[in-house]
Amino acid sequence: MAASRLGIVARRVGGAIPSLVGVVVVTFVLTRSLPGDPAVYFAGLMADAESIAATRARLGLDRTWIEQFVSYVERLFAGDWGVSLQTGRPVLTELSQRLPASLELTLAGLLFAIGVAVPLGVLAATRPNSWVDHLCRVVVTAGVSLPTFFTGLFLVYLFYFLAGVAPSPLGRLDFIYFSPPHVTGFYTIDTALAGDWWTFRGALAQLVLPALTLGLFALAPIARMTRASMLAALSADFVRTATAMGLSRRKVLWTYAFGNAFLPVLTTLGMVFSFLLGANVLVERVFSWPGVGSFAIDALVASDYAAVQGFVLAMALLFVAVNLLIDVIYTLVDPRVGLEG
Amino acid sequence: MAAPLLDVDGLSLEFRTRSGVVKALEDVSFQVAKGEILGLVGESGSGKSVSAYAAMGILDAAGCVTAGAIRYDGMAVTGAPEREVAKLRGREMAMIFQSPRTALNPIRTVGDQIGDVLRRHGGATRQTARARAVEALAQVRIPDPARRARAYPFELSGGMCQRVCIAMALACRPKLLICDEPTTGLDVTTQAAIMALIVELCRERGMGALLITHDLHLAAETCDRIAVMHAGHVVETGAAADLFAQPRHPYTASLIAATPAAGRTLDAIGAIPGNLPDLRAALPPCRYRARCPRALGVCDADPLPPLGSGHGVRCHNPLGCNPMGEEATVDHAAA
Repeated sequence: MAASRLGIVARRVGGAIPSLVGVVVVTFVLTRSLPGDPAVYFAGLMADAESIAATRARLGLDRTWIEQFVSYVERLFAGDWGVSLQTGRPVLTELSQRLPASLELTLAGLLFAIGVAVPLGVLAATRPNSWVDHLCRVVVTAGVSLPTFFTGLFLVYLFYFLAGVAPSPLGRLDFIYFSPPHVTGFYTIDTALAGDWWTFRGALAQLVLPALTLGLFALAPIARMTRASMLAALSADFVRTATAMGLSRRKVLWTYAFGNAFLPVLTTLGMVFSFLLGANVLVERVFSWPGVGSFAIDALVASDYAAVQGFVLAMALLFVAVNLLIDVIYTLVDPRVGLEG
Repeated sequence: MAAPLLDVDGLSLEFRTRSGVVKALEDVSFQVAKGEILGLVGESGSGKSVSAYAAMGILDAAGCVTAGAIRYDGMAVTGAPEREVAKLRGREMAMIFQSPRTALNPIRTVGDQIGDVLRRHGGATRQTARARAVEALAQVRIPDPARRARAYPFELSGGMCQRVCIAMALACRPKLLICDEPTTGLDVTTQAAIMALIVELCRERGMGALLITHDLHLAAETCDRIAVMHAGHVVETGAAADLFAQPRHPYTASLIAATPAAGRTLDAIGAIPGNLPDLRAALPPCRYRARCPRALGVCDADPLPPLGSGHGVRCHNPLGCNPMGEEATVDHAAA
């Protein structure tokens, strides 16, 4: 049994390879089909036809698409993702320094959303038409109708400007702190590992409002799906059997009903994580968060193609990785998965 | 007869739904004695399953007992706190359902599911639960029980799943087993095997059983006594042999006449005219009134006569001994 599960997991991982190839091809085609001629751009303002041609040859743009693609892939594998025009540093370095900031924010938002939405959905399903159910409905409606940049600004206004309990919304750490030694790139984890609880509190304080903003956005789909799938599971035959066998309410609710209701919630989590990566771009802007999202906006405005290309590729790889992770968890939880496929 | 194991006494029950109050059961009485198999028969929607759910205390929240009582071994089930009733379920009385494949948790091995019940009631620990679950599977004649215990429900056939359900229900040696159409959805040979198993285990352990079915042949073969339900009433009750040989309620007689049997053509099967009445509307004292060929004026006016003991019937004009002096004309061949 366990061996065959491992086999299924291995097949899932193998199945992600075509997605990766597709991602690389699409990013390549996408940047080649953007308007504008990079050769003209790179040759500079004073260039004549001859120097433009020389630049084109130097950039390899005079070769066929196939040749260009091969050299693009070669450079990708060699870790050469190009150089960012705005910062003058390699794109890969930029991304790898900023990605932990974005991930820390996204995961904190997601954890907050799960922590609130799942219990809320379960309570709403077990007590239909109670106040919890109504609260769940309000939260879901509010969550889908409030755009993140608004929630973000509103929270800043409320907790920083009016109440004064939140630190200034300027990045990951106030200037009075030193950045922790780099281990994971997650400031909360790195400070905790270093035992620097003073800085940990500072990093956490900076994290709360943006994570809350993202979390409120992610809450709605998770709560709605938890409630719906929990309702379906509670009216299922096997829950009736478990009740008729006299199992405890807790056992029926969690092991039997929630165990099954969790599967569609898991699928939703994968989708929500993808949404959050997109929503991140705006939230990082509002909170001056030095993540990949704000980097990408700047790059886009400045026509910094290598940076945009790198960002798109990194996000796509992350998407594939998250979906793969969800698939693997699904395979481990649900014994029926992978037998039909 | 000593005090019955399960005593349903004058039970009336309503469902309060958005489209009105459904009077699902009215003055329903039946008893299951220790070691006895009682068959509850009737067409779909006659209140058989609702009666059983009420006895188990697992009614939907919309269901509401308005009169009467259910007693298990002298203890009141209706009106008792949920905590007390929950103690009975699985330990004193257990239930198996139709469509056994969906009645089991799809993402838990059957061994773990039986183990859950054993750990709840049977004093099994995490360590001993598995071994005792295998034992329980062996008792319902499942071959290679140790391997089956590790299987998920989707890896087993329908008949095998029902055996697992039976093993789960009987794991803690209850005194009463309620079977809600246990063979529906199984093929005929499996049906026979499952029924034989249920009867054998009941006899072996002296267990009382309530068998809900709309299969009259099955009821006639397996049950000691029968209670016939129609539209939320128990219309006739009696020993299985008597009841099938000499049905007294016109509905029972029509049900028997409507039962297909070998050598009977479709034309020979008498369909019962009309449908079950709408249980949300105002109802006449006898809910069979509109479909009954033997209805009298008194049927509209007077409340139904009480069921009585022995071979009881709730009809003003029963077959066999009737004021109009005519003999029963209904075909009894099916019994």
